[in-house]
Amino acid sequence: MTDYLIKNGFVYDPILGINGDKVDVAIKDGKMADAGDVTNPTIIDATGMTVMAAGVDVHAHVAGPKVNTGRNFRPEDKLFNGTAGSGIKRMEGGFSVPTVFRTAYLYARMGFGFSMEAAMPPLYARHTHEEIRDTPIIDQGALPVFGNNWFVLEYLKENEIENTAAYIAWLLNQTKGYGIKCVNPGGTESWGWGLNCETVDDVVPYFDVTPRQIVSGLIEANEYLGLPHCMHVHGNGLGEPGNYEITLDTLKIAEGFKPQNDFGRDVVLHNTHLQFHCYGGESYSSKFFESKSKEVVDYINSVDNISYDLGVVTLDETTTMTADGPFEHHLSHMNNLKWANTDVELETGSGVVPFIYNPKTFIAGAQWAVGLECGLFIKDPMRAYITTDAPNAGPLCRYPRVYKWLMSAKARDDMLDNTLKYGDRIRERCYIGELDREISLYELAMMTRAGPAKTLGLGHMFGSLKPGLEGDVAVYPYNPETDTDDPEKIEYAFGNAAYLIKGGKLIVKEGEIVDMGNKRTFWVNATVNDNPMVERDISEKFRRYYTVTQNNYAVEGHHYVPNPYVIEVDATK
Amino acid sequence: MAKIVTDVVCPFCGTLCDDLEVALSDDGEEILEVYNACAIGAAKFLHSQAKDRLTRPRMKQEDGSWKEVTYDEAADYTANLLVDAKKPLMYGWSSTNCTAQSTGSEIGEEVGACMDNTATVCHGSTLIAVQDVGVPSATLGEIANRADRVVFWGCNPAHAHPRHMSRYSIYPRGFFTGKGSKSRKMIVVDPRNTDTAKMADVHVQLEQGRDYELLSAIRVAIRGEKLPDVVAGIPKEQIYEIADTLKSGRFTAIFFGMGVTHSLGKNHNIDIAIMVTRDLNDYTKAAIVAMRGHYNVTGSGQVWGWEFGFPFCLDLTRGFARYNPGDSSSNDLLIRDEVDAVFVLGSDPGAHFPVGSVKKIAKLPSVCIDPHITPTSAVSKLHVPVAFVGVEVGGCAYRMDNVPIETRKVVEPPEGMLTDDEFLQLVLTRVRELKGAA
Repeated sequence: MTDYLIKNGFVYDPILGINGDKVDVAIKDGKMADAGDVTNPTIIDATGMTVMAAGVDVHAHVAGPKVNTGRNFRPEDKLFNGTAGSGIKRMEGGFSVPTVFRTAYLYARMGFGFSMEAAMPPLYARHTHEEIRDTPIIDQGALPVFGNNWFVLEYLKENEIENTAAYIAWLLNQTKGYGIKCVNPGGTESWGWGLNCETVDDVVPYFDVTPRQIVSGLIEANEYLGLPHCMHVHGNGLGEPGNYEITLDTLKIAEGFKPQNDFGRDVVLHNTHLQFHCYGGESYSSKFFESKSKEVVDYINSVDNISYDLGVVTLDETTTMTADGPFEHHLSHMNNLKWANTDVELETGSGVVPFIYNPKTFIAGAQWAVGLECGLFIKDPMRAYITTDAPNAGPLCRYPRVYKWLMSAKARDDMLDNTLKYGDRIRERCYIGELDREISLYELAMMTRAGPAKTLGLGHMFGSLKPGLEGDVAVYPYNPETDTDDPEKIEYAFGNAAYLIKGGKLIVKEGEIVDMGNKRTFWVNATVNDNPMVERDISEKFRRYYTVTQNNYAVEGHHYVPNPYVIEVDATK
Repeated sequence: MAKIVTDVVCPFCGTLCDDLEVALSDDGEEILEVYNACAIGAAKFLHSQAKDRLTRPRMKQEDGSWKEVTYDEAADYTANLLVDAKKPLMYGWSSTNCTAQSTGSEIGEEVGACMDNTATVCHGSTLIAVQDVGVPSATLGEIANRADRVVFWGCNPAHAHPRHMSRYSIYPRGFFTGKGSKSRKMIVVDPRNTDTAKMADVHVQLEQGRDYELLSAIRVAIRGEKLPDVVAGIPKEQIYEIADTLKSGRFTAIFFGMGVTHSLGKNHNIDIAIMVTRDLNDYTKAAIVAMRGHYNVTGSGQVWGWEFGFPFCLDLTRGFARYNPGDSSSNDLLIRDEVDAVFVLGSDPGAHFPVGSVKKIAKLPSVCIDPHITPTSAVSKLHVPVAFVGVEVGGCAYRMDNVPIETRKVVEPPEGMLTDDEFLQLVLTRVRELKGAA
């Protein structure tokens, strides 16, 4: 295997405390190494460029049934953006929901090495894995959804944590899943009857359990198992004006829980796309709507066991997709665009609706502001990660644009003054006008690689250039000494990595993709003590209520997970 | 004592039953009996055991007779046919697994083919309607567990999807539907008095080709607005009654088939059926599901979705994927003489396409990859028999509600026979050699 030495770059690595120093970065046998340990390496000249560990995406919808529904029912998303394959690259298409090949090439060009698929319906796990298999280059994992699963609802109604944990361990194994995702707890099951859970204390019809019990029980089960990632929640009331109180109620459920794991993870709850959960006021009109990002992030700053990602609105035409079925129904009534929905037996639901975040409306601009505020109020950037909840708040390809807004007050002011029609109203109703903080490259490295890697329990592999970690390095054509004059340079540089090395293989060379890498699928195999009751419940549910047999449920076989990376967790003690 | 293989997945229709049991001979080489399957499914398993089955590719000679060739020769012919063509059509892809579909996509991309699946003469109009208005849907188990109102519109599952009603829609005793068929109201909308219609609580025998009008009238009735005395041959009182039945359920499921997708109105019929479902969601819970035909036509649309972004009618000739049904759909391409070679896998256009299209296939360089002798193989220049997916090789297939299920290998294929994917891999390798040499 070729060794590499990246010389003369400005290096940012918050784990090693390197803040823009010119340090040589070495890769030996696919792993990070001390510069002195490589002999006869290939030299990469990073003079005038920024060097970081490869990016780690904590939450994006890039593979699976929802994503593919988005692709197939939106031919307009491919209009005028198809590109022919060339060399080793396949043909590409799609803007907000790109094909798997474009997804991989986009991640590579943005210098990312790992992406977590944010919601996998267990019954559709094979589909998710087929797409992951066909997405080259990047390592991926997928989070099965548990927040509306009948087993979980029944066990947590009686507060049976051990049984919940045993079921979770079984399901992760069956679906080759990575951790616990919880979407609109209880609400999506209610949606089976056309209803919803709008607060954490609404009771789920028939199951007689509340979102509060579900969130609390899933956190407890997560720590009982000691999974690498924490409970990953999309709470109730997403997108509703006034929902920040529900968000605070949800976050406060984590009080008193401590992380129990061997993976260096410090948090017990990850609140995804916080932007959608920080709204005050009673409606979307500029008279009533207000940002409550400060109130929510202040609370998160005051505790140490919660992380979140931003979900910044990028003001594009995009495609929303979530396991929050009732929300998508609600959204389709707001914009009257096409609406796809799939309720999944015993497990979850989902919806897909195209959405146009129009900068000429007050609310889209306000949402844009709220998302950025979520990134700017954070005290410890190791707990706030930059996402667009791709493609919900914005397409994957817009990550670099979000970095620009976070890193440059000038870029934000330009948006408020020139692009957004209601910039002044947005300054009044949101906090954006008061914030002059500019995220530094050092902080950016925390918010896009070191932080997410830690919260995913992958800090021992990704997110830093520390010797022994995976040889994943991105080099961006950005000179932190001379390129600070124009924020556009940030957006360009972080979307056009000059080099990406992934697992010790050179993937991007001088801006061109030259290798498809050695893609791996990450999943967690948690071992628990024998639990005859849960085994009986599982076989009973399959016999009576599932439409596939238990023997046909598990994702097995080389053609689904050809190159697995299995993280073993022993929860038998 | 026969050996029983359980949890076998039936590779026939989109119902994709996965509870079949197959009895094998003691040596495990022969299928003796198939349990739990419908007559069509059982026949497919048993047909694979035919003693006179073709096991090697064969090439049609000048005099119309067939000459046996090797798989390598067949792959060479196929690769040359695709590479030499300016615009080859690669059609079918519905009766095979997703692995083969994916390999086929790579070939199509290499040679710049037009690729289409059987949806083009089936639920393609549904796919177009979904692109217009979306689709509120649910998995079949969700319907089994919750639905108390079930509508079959322009479809006849009693014959076309024989186990659909017993497994998913009418008879199962689900979690919230413990009384089985007694807890459900069944409505069949069909101009014909089908065997499904005979089972219905209500058979709405509308005038043929008037589905759009009736669906539109139901939307009006759901809103409580005024209707003319008779719509599509149905008195308004009955339409109000139907609307009331649908609205008053806890969960309404609508299934539809060829009776609406390819009768007058086509995709517009589906548009409005989906809009009825959407409207119903303002009053209760409702879902709509297309009764997909081939067992993996759905998977073909899924694979192409994540690889190219479109579920059928793919035109890859310009190097990137374009989609324009009516222009890039198989029959239009054939009738207009726009394609100069035809490759068929996992479908039988010879039986399903208009005769005008079939005549064109007969005149063009053509290859048919199919375990059976079919009208398509009869008009093709090369016929490549392959192992039966779901009987002799496993692989992923997608049910009509998009749920992916791994089909099972039950017996070995006849000695020396290749699977779809193995043959396609040979073709792909040869295509790359030829393209590299060019």
